[in-house]
Amino acid sequence: MERRAFLEAAGKVLLLTPAAAAALEHGLLGSTENPPEYKQADHWWGMAIDIGKCIGCGNCVRACKTENDVPLEPYYFRTWVERYHVNPDDQDHPEVDSPNGGYDGFPEKYRAGDGTKNFFVPKLCNHCAHSPCVQVCPVGATFESPDGVVLVDRTYCLGCRYCVQACPYGCRYIHPERQTVDKCSLCYHRITKGLTTACCETCPTGARMLGDLKDPKDPIHEFLRVNMVQVLKPQMATGSKTWYAGLDGSVR
Amino acid sequence: MSRLFGHKEHLVRMAGLFAAGILVFLLARALFVPKGFGTYGHYRAGALADNRAYPVKFAGRDACVECHTDVPDALKAGKHARIRCEACHGPLAAHAQDPTKAKGVKPDPKVLCVKCHLANVAKPQGFPQIDPKEHLGPNCGECHDPHVPGQEPQKKG
Ligand code: HEC
Ligand code: HEC
Ligand code: HEC
Ligand code: HEC
Repeated sequence: MERRAFLEAAGKVLLLTPAAAAALEHGLLGSTENPPEYKQADHWWGMAIDIGKCIGCGNCVRACKTENDVPLEPYYFRTWVERYHVNPDDQDHPEVDSPNGGYDGFPEKYRAGDGTKNFFVPKLCNHCAHSPCVQVCPVGATFESPDGVVLVDRTYCLGCRYCVQACPYGCRYIHPERQTVDKCSLCYHRITKGLTTACCETCPTGARMLGDLKDPKDPIHEFLRVNMVQVLKPQMATGSKTWYAGLDGSVR
Repeated sequence: MSRLFGHKEHLVRMAGLFAAGILVFLLARALFVPKGFGTYGHYRAGALADNRAYPVKFAGRDACVECHTDVPDALKAGKHARIRCEACHGPLAAHAQDPTKAKGVKPDPKVLCVKCHLANVAKPQGFPQIDPKEHLGPNCGECHDPHVPGQEPQKKG
């Protein structure tokens, strides 16, 4: 064979192989009905919360408990809603309550027009990039996943409670039946399937917004750009990935 | 030289002990460190798959509208347009999987509506709120179409 002819033929084969492989995958092996496989390296999850939109309906609290089989009692939560009652003369001592985590809504307790500030603050695991809870786990049963979610390895947790103590946001509890630690997983079983979290799915006002920071088209970038956002306890340098817009200075 | 290695057997015994120790360590390590530990970090790689395997209970709006194609059009006409189905209907993944096995749930407006609309000073000012004692009656569904709350409910023939 002439050298030129050989090169041409070889080039064609080289070009066709990936095409053939793709054709094989799509045609012969059945259509790819499932969404493309989830790649951890392509995602970096966080949550944005717009205080000005939260109506304290408790939908997120109820949905979270259902989705993740969090026991109704005793009063443990993966996410909960707090009500703040702030007297402008005494910013440092807000009155905070969270009856049953907001599960049943908030019975009216305050009066309008008395000069106080009243608002709701949804809370959940902040999915810190440098989590204190992960650092203290003696066995590696809690960890930051490659896509930025702080998860628990149930089969491996000893139930030693170090992480419960270490979390500055009070987001962890010991599951009363399993006796292992439990916390918000950012609905890892949902977000890796292209669904949003149960709390975002049921939030009627869009006060909660799951965001993929590695997706340039995700609206969270615009949200973080146009709003003054804050994280809770920034002085702890936890690398929190739960951003609050419209957060009052009294919120801890 | 000879003085230095005069008691070789001590060294050999020592080396044997070390070797045995290392062997025990390696065995224990193989036994106790779970599979996949360290693949991504100081944790078991399989824990990621475990977390992913949890069953879904809220199917998500996209699933609902695949079958109930008419509802989003109705919703669009009112202020409930941006609320996702399961915010009112509750978790219906089982129904979305197989509607013959699990029925859709029709929430009772008497219970449902006040969950969001009950007046509270901590709610944002702009959010429409009512005090059921002062509003026009407890049967919200008589006057408001749940999907298009600004409208009266359509009479069904
Ligand atoms: C696979 C198709 C399918 C999907 C997906 C689906 N439904 Fe349905 N749904 C049906 C069918 C069929 C009926 C009618 C059943 C009947 O009349 O008994 C129905 C009935 C209903 C009803 C009325 C029940 C009643 O008593 O009249 C509600 C409410 C409902 N669906 C809500 C939902 C919601 C919310 C979702 C999304 C989580 C959803 N459906 C997803 C097929 C579907
Ligand atoms: C604001 C709350 C709310 C939202 C959001 C909502 N629904 Fe409903 N829906 C209701 C209520 C309440 C009823 C029961 C009406 C009744 O009893 O007559 C209902 C009834 C239904 C029915 C029964 C047939 C009918 O029209 O009466 C279907 C089907 C249904 N909804 C599907 C959906 C789907 C699909 C979505 C999302 C695209 C959705 N709903 C969003 C509150 C809601
Ligand atoms: C899950 C929370 C939720 C539930 C449940 C809910 N709503 Fe709404 N409702 C909203 C939101 C959010 C708005 C939009 C508010 C806005 O645009 O500022 C709204 C708006 C309204 C409005 C104002 C409509 C207008 O055109 O101005 C009415 C009336 C209303 N809802 C009635 C109802 C009734 C009746 C029910 C029970 C069937 C109900 N809502 C259930 C969240 C809810
Ligand atoms: C007898 C009919 C009737 C009943 C029953 C009724 N409403 Fe209304 N509702 C109205 C009318 C008419 C309006 C619009 C005029 C107004 O703002 O009062 C309205 C307005 C509203 C608004 C908007 C208020 C605002 O500030 O924009 C909400 C929210 C609402 N209703 C919720 C409910 C809920 C929740 C129930 C059940 C507890 C209910 N309604 C029962 C007739 C009714």
